[in-house]
Amino acid sequence: MEQEVIVEQKDFVEQEDFVIQMRGISKVYPNGIAANKDVDFILRRGEIHAIMGENGAGKSTLMKILFGLEQPTSGEILINGEPVAITSPSKAISLGIGMVHQHFMLVPSLTVAENIVLGMAPTTKSRVLVDFKKAVQIAEENAARYNLRIDPNAKVMDIPVGMKQKVEILKALVRGAKILILDEPTAVLTTQETSELFKELIALKDQGFTIVFISHKLKEIKQITDRLTIMRGGRSMGVYNTADISESEISRLMVGRDVVLKVVKGKSQPTDTVLKVRDLEYTNRWNKKMLDKLSFSVRKGEILGIAGVEGNGQRELVEMLFNLNVPDAGTVTVCGESIIKLSQDKIRNRGVSLVPEDRMTYGIADIASIEENVISDRFSNKRFNKGPLFNMREIHHESNNLIVDYRILAKSAKQQVKMLSGGNIQKVVVARELSSQPTLLIADQPTRGIDVGATEFIRNQIVDLSRGGTAVLLVSADLNEVIELSDSLIVMYGGKIVAYFEDSSQLDDVTMGEYMLGLKHQTEEEIAKVCYE
Amino acid sequence: MIGDLLLSIFNADFLYSVIRITAPILFAALGAVIAEKAGVVNIGLEGIMMISALFGVLFGYWTQSWLIGVIGAVVIGVLLALLIGFFAFEMKTDIILGGIAVNMLGAGGTIFLLDMFTGMKGNTGSLVTRELLIPTVDIPLIQSIPFLGQVLSGHAVLTYLAFLLVWLMWVVIYKTPLGLNIRAVGENPNAATSIGVSVQKIQYIAIGLSGALAGLGGAFMSMYYSQGWNSGMVAGRGFIALAATAMGRGEPVGTMLSSLLFGLAQALRTKVSGMQGVSSYLVSVIPYLVTIIGLVLYAISTKNKLKKRHTVTKGAE
Repeated sequence: MEQEVIVEQKDFVEQEDFVIQMRGISKVYPNGIAANKDVDFILRRGEIHAIMGENGAGKSTLMKILFGLEQPTSGEILINGEPVAITSPSKAISLGIGMVHQHFMLVPSLTVAENIVLGMAPTTKSRVLVDFKKAVQIAEENAARYNLRIDPNAKVMDIPVGMKQKVEILKALVRGAKILILDEPTAVLTTQETSELFKELIALKDQGFTIVFISHKLKEIKQITDRLTIMRGGRSMGVYNTADISESEISRLMVGRDVVLKVVKGKSQPTDTVLKVRDLEYTNRWNKKMLDKLSFSVRKGEILGIAGVEGNGQRELVEMLFNLNVPDAGTVTVCGESIIKLSQDKIRNRGVSLVPEDRMTYGIADIASIEENVISDRFSNKRFNKGPLFNMREIHHESNNLIVDYRILAKSAKQQVKMLSGGNIQKVVVARELSSQPTLLIADQPTRGIDVGATEFIRNQIVDLSRGGTAVLLVSADLNEVIELSDSLIVMYGGKIVAYFEDSSQLDDVTMGEYMLGLKHQTEEEIAKVCYE
Repeated sequence: MIGDLLLSIFNADFLYSVIRITAPILFAALGAVIAEKAGVVNIGLEGIMMISALFGVLFGYWTQSWLIGVIGAVVIGVLLALLIGFFAFEMKTDIILGGIAVNMLGAGGTIFLLDMFTGMKGNTGSLVTRELLIPTVDIPLIQSIPFLGQVLSGHAVLTYLAFLLVWLMWVVIYKTPLGLNIRAVGENPNAATSIGVSVQKIQYIAIGLSGALAGLGGAFMSMYYSQGWNSGMVAGRGFIALAATAMGRGEPVGTMLSSLLFGLAQALRTKVSGMQGVSSYLVSVIPYLVTIIGLVLYAISTKNKLKKRHTVTKGAE
């Protein structure tokens, strides 16, 4: 279908209007993960072009290739019709491409002007000293020309996020960028800052600049882009004129379900409430409200799923539940007792287990052995100690049993965890967290980035655990997973719960997509049903 | 007794010796400053000082010129620092390990090298003649001011250079394009890379400069301070310099002030241990006690600063 669109364009648009053509781009990482599969991306001069897609859809990889941060495995890039090899960011800059990264590339202790001229600082007549006046002048001139308001003499660490972004844009423009790539520019901005940014971007467009805008926020895309390319699972789902495509159509293309792994599970019979979260609030250090009066319960014997596009407060919520962060307000209780500010050890003693999102940082110690990792939550247990020393026999026994029960593929229990494949590393985490017979299991992205076999195994283990009476809170950005695995489901958007489905078995991705992208939300009464006493 | 002590402190000789004792620490500490600004930890300052000190004497003896001796010491210092850099940046070893290796080389290797080149054991003995010492200069006008002249005039050329370098270092770091790049690399290497500044090149330059400064410190020790090289000569000055840099918050002027504090402590030890009725063992602790007190005060002030900053941003929210 995208092929047709391109052919059509060729009939109407002069060839030189294609400022960038990326054709048949594929990117396969050494670990075998394909981030881009045969993607075409065509940019017309002077347009604002959105790249849309969920996390992991391959948008950032595609743009990293364009900016020279990654090399494509196959495919070609043409700039103004000429084939080019973009081997480094410096090369991209010399070709007139600038990128504003999601995490700003600024030096905090330098002033705004110094950051803008960094690497090309003007010097005084002596050629030795930096001409700071000239630097400020360059910054001011460019700020005025492109109508980006900045304070050139302020230190970057003292300026608000919105201004930092303008500094980044100016950095690119001063270096002669004609094409600007903005990676989720509004993710860190307040509403006012966002509308200011949009005015500035439209002004830049009017001056002939071409802008690529990576985002998954539908409303923004509708507001300022001319065309959009939708990506899903590493592939392009086509190029569309923004005016011709409806929000629900975009959402359908973005969040479609591909392969569905069926999980067989009986109906849940939830009983007592285990986890009770009430009015949880948290504002992060960039002054963004990440959790906004969040309330819900998880009961014994049920799996409550949390669906949502990443960055809508899920991570912050999990942090609060395991004391990796402290909420500004609200309560969290497990079986009636507050766990806020309790040490992780004490939280675990209350029967809470966590399969963390970032397994390499929070889930395992990568240079330790499988054995050491699986007993790391229970080594103080009497069973594993003999006087002041470990009872190694018991420890070997335990770890070997877990390796068998959780089908961890390894040479021996002594093997370093980092030598295992991603799926087996995750099984090590799951073996430890599930075998402690928790009353509450928090499973955060439990199958991210692992193979189908391990995924299926881990999902079945989670179901078994819940049918045995454990309360499970499942957080997942994988729509298939939350729908398949959960008994009930809530959707988070902008730090709030926007929908609660008591029975998630009948949900479809179109409905879910609309809630996840903030197009729809339920009434307060409907959402409040997720709070059980 | 306290009265005697005060009298012996507030005299020109004592203050003169403080400046003299501070100079080698200051050289090495400035070396730590420039490396730290580029995000590089050069823990090998001690070893570089040892080896440079030896080669300063050797080059001076071979050419019969103190100036070439000093230049030789600087060149050796740069080469050793670049070697640490090579292992850290190119071969990807931990830079702390590289530094420790050079320190061990400084402790053991120098005795071997001395034996190899001259057949001497443990010290250079008679190699350093009066003509080969770094010369002292009297500053006109200042030397005739009473008291002040006695304190400030008549120091070695390198002593003046050390204090001059404080200012020069400040200019390089804050007023030149190189300094801008060094600070960018030290604070956010990604920012530097994203605009085409080579992180590795800048880090090589910074560690090279740090080696040159440690080399000057080494030359000062063997070619002026102890008037010859011996195996226990540097005596931890490379490490004290690191502490001085930490206390000076990695800034040239702050580092100079904390270096002076360490210089004062050492001078005090020398003074007090010469007095009757004082345990020399107890007194020898003074410089280290000052180090610990200094670092504690530094830690407390840093913590308060962070707290303040935190409450300010919280307030803004």
